Amino acid sequence: MTETTSQPIPEQQKRGLFQQLELDMRLLGMIGAFVILCIGFNILTDGRFLTPRNIFNLTIQTVSVAIMATGMVFVIVTRHIDLSVGALLATCSAVMAMTQTQFLPNVLGLGLDHPLTWALTMVIGLATGTLIGAFHGWMVGYLTIPAFIVTLGGLLVWRNAAWYMTDGQTIGPLDKTFMMFGGTNGTMGTTWSWIIGVVAAVLAIAVIVNGRRAKLAHDFPVKPAWAEAVICAITSGSILGFVWILNSYNIPTRRLQRMFEAKGETMPEGLEMGYGLPISVLILIAVAVVMTIVAQRTRLGRYIFATGGNPDAAELSGINTRMLTVKIFALMGFLCALSAVVASARLANHSNDIGTLDELRVIAAAVIGGTALSGGIGTIYGAILGALIMQSLQSGMAMVGVDAPFQNIVVGTVLVAAVWIDIVYRKRLGAK
Amino acid sequence: MATPKELRAQGATPMVEMTDISIAFGGVKAVDQVSVDLHPGEVVGLLGHNGAGKSTLIKVLSGAYQMDSGEIRINGDKVEITNPRDARSHNIETIYQTLALADNLDAASNLFLGREITTPMGLVNDAAMEAECRKIMGRLNPNFRKFSEPVSALSGGQRQSVAIARAVYFNAKILIMDEPTAALGPHETQMVAELIQQLKAQGIGIFLIDHDVHAVMELCDRASVMKNGQLVGTVDIEDVTDDDLLSMIILGKNPAGVAA
Ligand SMILES: Nc1ncnc2c1ncn2[C@@H]1O[C@H](COP(=O)(O)OP(=O)(O)OP(=O)(O)O)[C@@H](O)[C@H]1O
Ligand SMILES: [Mg+2]
Repeated sequence: MTETTSQPIPEQQKRGLFQQLELDMRLLGMIGAFVILCIGFNILTDGRFLTPRNIFNLTIQTVSVAIMATGMVFVIVTRHIDLSVGALLATCSAVMAMTQTQFLPNVLGLGLDHPLTWALTMVIGLATGTLIGAFHGWMVGYLTIPAFIVTLGGLLVWRNAAWYMTDGQTIGPLDKTFMMFGGTNGTMGTTWSWIIGVVAAVLAIAVIVNGRRAKLAHDFPVKPAWAEAVICAITSGSILGFVWILNSYNIPTRRLQRMFEAKGETMPEGLEMGYGLPISVLILIAVAVVMTIVAQRTRLGRYIFATGGNPDAAELSGINTRMLTVKIFALMGFLCALSAVVASARLANHSNDIGTLDELRVIAAAVIGGTALSGGIGTIYGAILGALIMQSLQSGMAMVGVDAPFQNIVVGTVLVAAVWIDIVYRKRLGAK
Repeated sequence: MATPKELRAQGATPMVEMTDISIAFGGVKAVDQVSVDLHPGEVVGLLGHNGAGKSTLIKVLSGAYQMDSGEIRINGDKVEITNPRDARSHNIETIYQTLALADNLDAASNLFLGREITTPMGLVNDAAMEAECRKIMGRLNPNFRKFSEPVSALSGGQRQSVAIARAVYFNAKILIMDEPTAALGPHETQMVAELIQQLKAQGIGIFLIDHDVHAVMELCDRASVMKNGQLVGTVDIEDVTDDDLLSMIILGKNPAGVAA
């Protein structure tokens, strides 16, 4: 193919200022819904909902489900489902709890809080999750058992494997370093949070500028420079704003005193310290970035979406869709294990009911985030936003004092309504 | 370069030999002891009524189906084609009757599916792929404009253009075209006919499945006719008329005086 009468690239016609920003309308809609939700709860709670303290708590409560939801996007995009994520989380959590409290001390003689303990524990936990996930994927891909059945079985098996391993006991306390990966037990402090925030903002701008350069290199149409600048400003502004909010939640004085006492020092009078970015949130951000790159910029991601759009076409294009299924479920298993680290570290122990009903929260987050069960469509950021919306609803209603049964009724209704709105929206756009 | 006819007369080794291919779906013999072959620069038409087994036969060659019995030789060497990746490694490209496009991806992603252009870091290079896609579509279907939309938003003919582009982009040596012009308008059909002539001149061997006997008479060197999974016969296009081919398809008999 040597002849090159290339297709002309159509002139960019004049459009409205807003359209020139080329924003993702679906994303805007979700952010809009989220903002309305937050403001609504804030009014109902007399301003208690949008305090740094509550936003901080909301964020750390969302992490575990959000991490798994990013993996669920890939599972659902390829027209599968994973009902076992909560149970798998429990098994991984149990394995890690037993590893650090029993196996490492008794077999290798490494006590709790030994510098190797947390690392070995995490390696073993993550390997367990990945292997179990790969096993699920093998049954789905190679034995062609429907994922619904494999993971429904998995739900029962792994929930009870965790129970058996721990005799149903709560296992704690856990390794001190290990516990830093969840909740308030590990935060970056204000200075480091600002540094990370600034670096992230610069990186985000670099990515936008780079994308523009790549398009220009091929003479593809680009947004006007001012639109690109507005997007850079919004992106870096949100990143720094988020850091600022988390930094303004101060560690309670009593807790600060205890932290100083633990180091054998006395706390200076009137000292105030912000929590800053929790390590678990950094993990979620890292997962989000990596998963987005995988989805949009790697062959693996391309094959995942192609297979979801048309499994036969993917196979005929030379994609090994069976192996792909194994990889997707292995990745899901890995993320379950990562969530297990975050969840058990946040609770500071492994409890028998850890991760219960998480499969439903995770699927709901992915679906509210725009992942289509018919396959081929879904975004990582959507799923994370979906998880955040679910958690905000739950916490907000609890703060307002809605009775527990009504909380679940509302969450269930919102799930169905969100999917319906999405269907209507897609029909309007003429897309599938 | 010798013409395909001369090559056959010399007894040269064909680039594709499919011998005694059989495949059954739950008792139905979709393809029954069929043998066809193909020389470089040759276009062999496959004809037959609906359900005759044409698509099934070529899907054995493209790796989509596994034959129950039979033998495939490429340039004289016996090969095992157990999946589409094997076929691609023998430079066999296929335009499927169903087109086999991922509807949720755009034209460029479909064109390069399974063979993406990557950056030095191993990430997919969408900009480069779109640029290549614009080039080849400029040749195949100059009216094609929808590069950034998923192919589900394309017309039947536009989708077919994408499928054709995918088969010819990667320097195939053996090209399988299963009703490539079924959804195309007269102008686009003419462009595909010209494309086939060009590819033929480059020494590419083509299996062309087409229900249009006139097109087969115009483009092909030989034609193999199938009926109910069996081979009726293979004829030299120069030795037959449209009516001969039609009667082979309908009656399932070789015309008098034409050697198989
Ligand atoms: N995957 C399959 N499972 C079961 N039967 C099949 C399958 N594929 C094809 N067949 C059967 O095999 C026979 C041949 O089908 P094939 O698609 O090869 O016909 P064809 O000659 O390409 O027809 P057309 O001109 O309509 O495309 C038909 O009877 C069909 O029903
Ligand atoms: Mg057919």
